[in-house]
Amino acid sequence: MADEPLVLGIETSCDETGVGVVRGTTLLADAIASSVDEHARFGGVVPEVASRAHLEAMVPTIERALKEAGVSARDLDGIAVTAGPGLAGALLVGVSAAKAYAYALGKPLYGVNHLASHICVDQLEHGPLPEPTMALLVSGGHSSLLLAPDITSDVRPLGATIDDAAGEAFDKIARVLQLGFPGGPVIDRLAREGDPKAINFPRGLTGPRDAAYDFSFSGLKTAVARWIEAKRNAGEEVPVRDVAASFQEAVVDVLTRKAIRACKDEGVDHLMIGGGVAANSRLRSLAQERCDDAGIILRVPRPKLCTDNGAMVAALGAEMVKRNRPASDWDLSADSSLPVTDPHVPGAAHAHAHDHDHVHELSKDNLY
Amino acid sequence: MLLLAVDTATPAVTVALHDGESVLAESNQVDARRHGELLLPSVDKVLAEAGLKLEALTGIVVGVGPGPYTGLRVGLVTASTFATVLGIPVHGLCTLDGLAYAAGAAGIEGPFTVATDARRKEVYWARYEDPRTRVGEPAVDRPADIAERVAGVPAVGQGARLYPEVFPDAREPEHQSAAALAALAAERLAAGAEFLPATPLYLRRPDAQVPKNYKVVTPQ
Ligand SMILES: [Zn+2]
Repeated sequence: MADEPLVLGIETSCDETGVGVVRGTTLLADAIASSVDEHARFGGVVPEVASRAHLEAMVPTIERALKEAGVSARDLDGIAVTAGPGLAGALLVGVSAAKAYAYALGKPLYGVNHLASHICVDQLEHGPLPEPTMALLVSGGHSSLLLAPDITSDVRPLGATIDDAAGEAFDKIARVLQLGFPGGPVIDRLAREGDPKAINFPRGLTGPRDAAYDFSFSGLKTAVARWIEAKRNAGEEVPVRDVAASFQEAVVDVLTRKAIRACKDEGVDHLMIGGGVAANSRLRSLAQERCDDAGIILRVPRPKLCTDNGAMVAALGAEMVKRNRPASDWDLSADSSLPVTDPHVPGAAHAHAHDHDHVHELSKDNLY
Repeated sequence: MLLLAVDTATPAVTVALHDGESVLAESNQVDARRHGELLLPSVDKVLAEAGLKLEALTGIVVGVGPGPYTGLRVGLVTASTFATVLGIPVHGLCTLDGLAYAAGAAGIEGPFTVATDARRKEVYWARYEDPRTRVGEPAVDRPADIAERVAGVPAVGQGARLYPEVFPDAREPEHQSAAALAALAAERLAAGAEFLPATPLYLRRPDAQVPKNYKVVTPQ
């Protein structure tokens, strides 16, 4: 390629059909079709509903992204796609489309990791990632602390949630408060009018003997639910804004405290926060405050790049091309439990041995 | 005319190249769990065997089901993507019609049934007057519930093999073949017949459990 790699990225790991186009670290297009409204009445993402929506939206969203980017598909240097982790049936639609697209255009295919993509997307906002980068990824599906010396080849998990993901806790509390789905945006909005110190909810796994970088939100969720029930049983009105603010404070307090600690312990002076929950305004402000105090530079992409999108996949794909990482094979599989330690899925000639059982995972869901 | 036919609506991952006169190359694998992995290498293989490039195609033929969802979508999204990049039409055909056409090639003439495995103790099925004429729309049912309607005629497809008490006269073929689907499409194109859009025939609503009302966690 003459200058920086031009890559199209496809993301279908959950309920957003995302297609992005980037040139190096420059965002050219970020097209999204979401099925979130179809899931709202179920109070959570229904895998089969998501997969059906991906199939309908896939080709039109690719076309829209290319048009938005103002580039010709023939000029692409590669096609990247989320190979995992995510919902098996949903991933498979994107992986199949990406393969057909790459094959028909005669371009290399890069199956990449969804979590590494959430980190790499920040290159589109703040330029090349420092090496290493400390990343806190928080969404409805994941909550992890990752150390990435090289986003294309070396991503190390430091800690993760041992029960619910942070975003899941927002959804569940929103349900208890009857605020609808998804819960993140509405709790964020109500919390702005509430007192975060009104109720002292528990901070999970913050004791001296607890795992330093792991998270737990299940106990918090139960504590909030109990508190609300006690109010209701006593016939009192539930102070929804204070509950939202106090619950949210408990979540973001733990997230930022552990992330800063990881930066200090590892001697890393940059913290990147990504994933859907990174759109939360209180998480952003508290992280900024604490990073400033600790002399750490905080990098959080704009909210639209934090939630699932195709641009993040394209961003990681472009980095794969730039660093000459091997492309994936045509038999690339959608791997719902792709380990975070695999930033991409190189072809067989380059694959390192790993005994991770694909067939087992696929057999659960492939047909239904 | 150069058609690429793909069908992933059944346990078979089947791909064929057809020039309007005959099948140039085909690939048939039966593996219900690996549609996603197997399809593209199969396409690559048949093209290489025929010594052709994808750009030479004039149309894509795709089986639109009915079939279990996840596998079905692999063929459909692949076909639609190819068609879009190449700027050629995609012709949808009912998967059961392909099996019926293949049954004709295997010697069946008169009325018969096509049944594929729908899992959950059900079959996707349709009745045929002859190998080119389906009676009504395909349906999904428990075999016992349709026993009377399929009695007295032979049946083809894996669904028939699975329930011999309802389909005692099961015949070939058992599995879908893209070669038959392509031949049927070539015949229909020559006759100026209509095709289906490349959208899936699910015949079932998505499984979606509406969560029960919020469960109380404190003991009353
Ligand atoms: Zn995500």
